[in-house]
Amino acid sequence: MKVWQCLVCGFIYDENKGDPEHGIAPGTKWDDVPYEWSCPDCGVAKSDFEMVEV
Amino acid sequence: MDKQPVVIIGSGLAGYTVAREFRKLDADTPVWILSRDHGGFYSKPMLSNAFAQKKTADSLLMKDAEKMAAEIKATVRSHAEVTAIDPQQKNIVVNGETIEYAKLVLALGADQIRLPIQGNAANQVMTVNDLDDYRRFRTTIEGKKSVAILGAGLIGCEFANDMATAGYQVEVIDLAPQVLGRLLPAQSASYIQHKLEGEGIVFNLGTTVQSIDITANGMQLTLANGRTLAAEAVLSAVGLKPRISMAASAGIKVGRGIMVNNLLQTNFPDIYALGDCAEVEGRVLPFVMPIMTAARALASTLAGKTAEVHYPAMPVAVKTPACQTVVAPPDANAVGEWKVEDCKDGVKAVFNHHNGQLLGFALMGSAVSEKATLAAQLPVVS
Repeated sequence: MKVWQCLVCGFIYDENKGDPEHGIAPGTKWDDVPYEWSCPDCGVAKSDFEMVEV
Repeated sequence: MDKQPVVIIGSGLAGYTVAREFRKLDADTPVWILSRDHGGFYSKPMLSNAFAQKKTADSLLMKDAEKMAAEIKATVRSHAEVTAIDPQQKNIVVNGETIEYAKLVLALGADQIRLPIQGNAANQVMTVNDLDDYRRFRTTIEGKKSVAILGAGLIGCEFANDMATAGYQVEVIDLAPQVLGRLLPAQSASYIQHKLEGEGIVFNLGTTVQSIDITANGMQLTLANGRTLAAEAVLSAVGLKPRISMAASAGIKVGRGIMVNNLLQTNFPDIYALGDCAEVEGRVLPFVMPIMTAARALASTLAGKTAEVHYPAMPVAVKTPACQTVVAPPDANAVGEWKVEDCKDGVKAVFNHHNGQLLGFALMGSAVSEKATLAAQLPVVS
């Protein structure tokens, strides 16, 4: 399981925790997060959501 | 003849996002991005919570100007000082050279407000408004043990939490009677204040700094309430002031910011503005989400498909690990009242119109889990 960080706002996506508030179950790999998902903090779409591995 | 370029002044989030979104819609029109600094891309919201994680300015730089230029297929000019805009001739003067534009985008950002302070160390007050500032700030406080922060707003509280986590003794001073004054009802403010005090942060509220003077061990701050306190460094985070002077001298209408309609268009049809320098239909909206929304709309307009900017509900996360917080402040003119309820390990505050419509909220601790549900009930901003 990996932890990713939004390049724009610093939001952390932790694969272990997922993003259950927005329908992403805990344990969801970044690759499996749907294309329509956007960063809950800054609204960047996944398509241009450049994540860096922390 | 080559097409005239879209020229963007400013290489912050606003400038680069417009460029990137425009490039998705138009592969050919040349795009110029003029940067007053190095022109590299970094995340500005991370500057106020990078210290405790020992992040250096270099590690915060995501991509340098060259990489950004290649990625967006744009010309990025670093250290480019724009000295004049001629809206009639549609050109600008950059480092002495005249460049013609088809469309001009002002993404100039904002300056930190400086409070008038007396004393022989008043000029040592630092601000962190960009990556270069962060670099200086880090160098200055290296090896020191205490810092005073002017401003208990969002950025002030984030810095305070970050510095306290990094082991500094932190004093925060603000004229407002509560922390995060503009975003929270009093009960929520006192909740987060107590959490931050638990990290060792001392708040001096309802007062201001009158003078800062050099002492043998650093500096002494004298407050209007008579208290004096010692600090080795002083950081100011009291708010932002849109950069408007260049636009004003070109005859572009300005108010608090550069005035634009909901197409982000100034009084000159080929000149647009967005981000921290812009006043969109009377509103200066801070934070990241409005910039992203505005950039997408503007990119579409620039590519020939006119798009008005419509903001969704835009909750903001306050990056204070001592107290997880998400706020969606009600509009300044909103009529209604706050209703605050304590929950286990948190506070939930909602701002309702008397007809029951939710207009804003502030969630702390465990209450943060209700963010998505509540955000969906907020009205569209404009």
